[in-house]
Amino acid sequence: MTPVKQTVAVIDYGMGNLHSVKSALEHVAPEQTVVVTADPAVVAAADRVIFPGVGAIRDCMAEIKRLGFDKLLREQIATGKPVLGICVGMQALMDHSEENSGVDCIGILRGNVRFFGENYHDAAGNHLKVPHMGWNQVQHNDHPLWADIPQDSRFYFVHSFYVLSADKSLVAASCDYGVQFHAALTRGNLFAVQFHPEKSHTAGLQLLKNFLHWDGKA
Amino acid sequence: MALAKRIIPCLDVDNGRVVKGVQFLDIRDAGDPVEIAKRYNQEGADEITFLDITATHEGRDTTVHTVEKIASEVFIPLTVGGGIRTVDDIRTMLNAGADKVGINSAAVFNPDFVKAASDRFGAQCIVVAIDAKKVSKDGEEPRWEIFTHGGRKPTGINAVEWAIRMAEYGAGEILLTSMDGDGTKAGYDLGVTRAISDAVAVPVIASGGVGNLQHLVDGVTLGRADAVLAASIFHFREYTVPQAKEFMRAQGIEVRL
Repeated sequence: MTPVKQTVAVIDYGMGNLHSVKSALEHVAPEQTVVVTADPAVVAAADRVIFPGVGAIRDCMAEIKRLGFDKLLREQIATGKPVLGICVGMQALMDHSEENSGVDCIGILRGNVRFFGENYHDAAGNHLKVPHMGWNQVQHNDHPLWADIPQDSRFYFVHSFYVLSADKSLVAASCDYGVQFHAALTRGNLFAVQFHPEKSHTAGLQLLKNFLHWDGKA
Repeated sequence: MALAKRIIPCLDVDNGRVVKGVQFLDIRDAGDPVEIAKRYNQEGADEITFLDITATHEGRDTTVHTVEKIASEVFIPLTVGGGIRTVDDIRTMLNAGADKVGINSAAVFNPDFVKAASDRFGAQCIVVAIDAKKVSKDGEEPRWEIFTHGGRKPTGINAVEWAIRMAEYGAGEILLTSMDGDGTKAGYDLGVTRAISDAVAVPVIASGGVGNLQHLVDGVTLGRADAVLAASIFHFREYTVPQAKEFMRAQGIEVRL
């Protein structure tokens, strides 16, 4: 009997271009079906779910709520299937963001989203540009999504706000940019990353590949 | 450990072919953009910039197709610039797979376009490209002005003030090309690069005039650029991207290897 072809749904709520996420997934797992969709039924039928996001958190949250995707995400996570949040998708999973004068997020993961700062400097007095844009090193734990990814690998980031969780049991990776922030969080079958794996060349493609073969268990 | 300085090969593309002129003259054919982009991706380039210099509408369709092909095979950030004038132009390029778009003359003619674009698509994908030329004479306080039309038309706009304004309007990054240096291989204009990099909070990409690897180093150390862009030294295989990165690392610059 041939195995049933697995499907990964990329949730589309109109915030940005999902072309690169889709083509990166197709590149690492040509044997799987990748669908970019706004249809809750298609998301529910998929074996895995990706929750991306770019742009301002206020606009993202408005669309997520309007489409009822906050409820959909909670339901999907409750099924135990693997779910991956990317960039603003990760930020939207947190309790609250400082962006746009303060926005309440979905609140699935405990923690907040903060601004790097105006006229931002590190402890040594170096001027750090905001957004944090480019390739930075990530220190990760031993979660299965980091399989075959060396410690301190560089991933591509582009963000002005960063995630900090008070719950250290959630932290899957950290990164330093004037402040130690959380580059990845995980709880059960949910994994979320601040960087863009679809734009992070070898290391990023490996993480996507690991996700597409993950059973949702730490 | 820190954020790496980026090396960005730039493809100047005319009707589906990579070309490179010296100060916008003497255009040499450097090959197929998809093949060249794939090579830079394999070599470890940190991003790729695709500058469309095609003049015709038919050529623009070729550009969209080329961007689609590159984006489906290259998994590093891709910026597309040249002829971006409307929100529809931006949407077309993002849908084709670009991660960022470069806005140049359209920002000069209508600065509010940058605001509208940034509000609509997010600052992370809006790069404002600035073509600057030194207008002060020797011995005077240095002053650089914005030029349009490939460096032919002065605008009277102070380049440093313009960069500050564009960052305020929502540019997520500044791509600064020195028109005096472009294609000359004499190195970046480090004065304007440093003046703008110090003046704005957003990252600055230095461009225009790279002839050797020391120029890349100088762009970062003396010009304080966050990223360095070069075209012909890579296209014509004078240097490879790994050679450039090794050279920069040997001089203490953090790079992604």
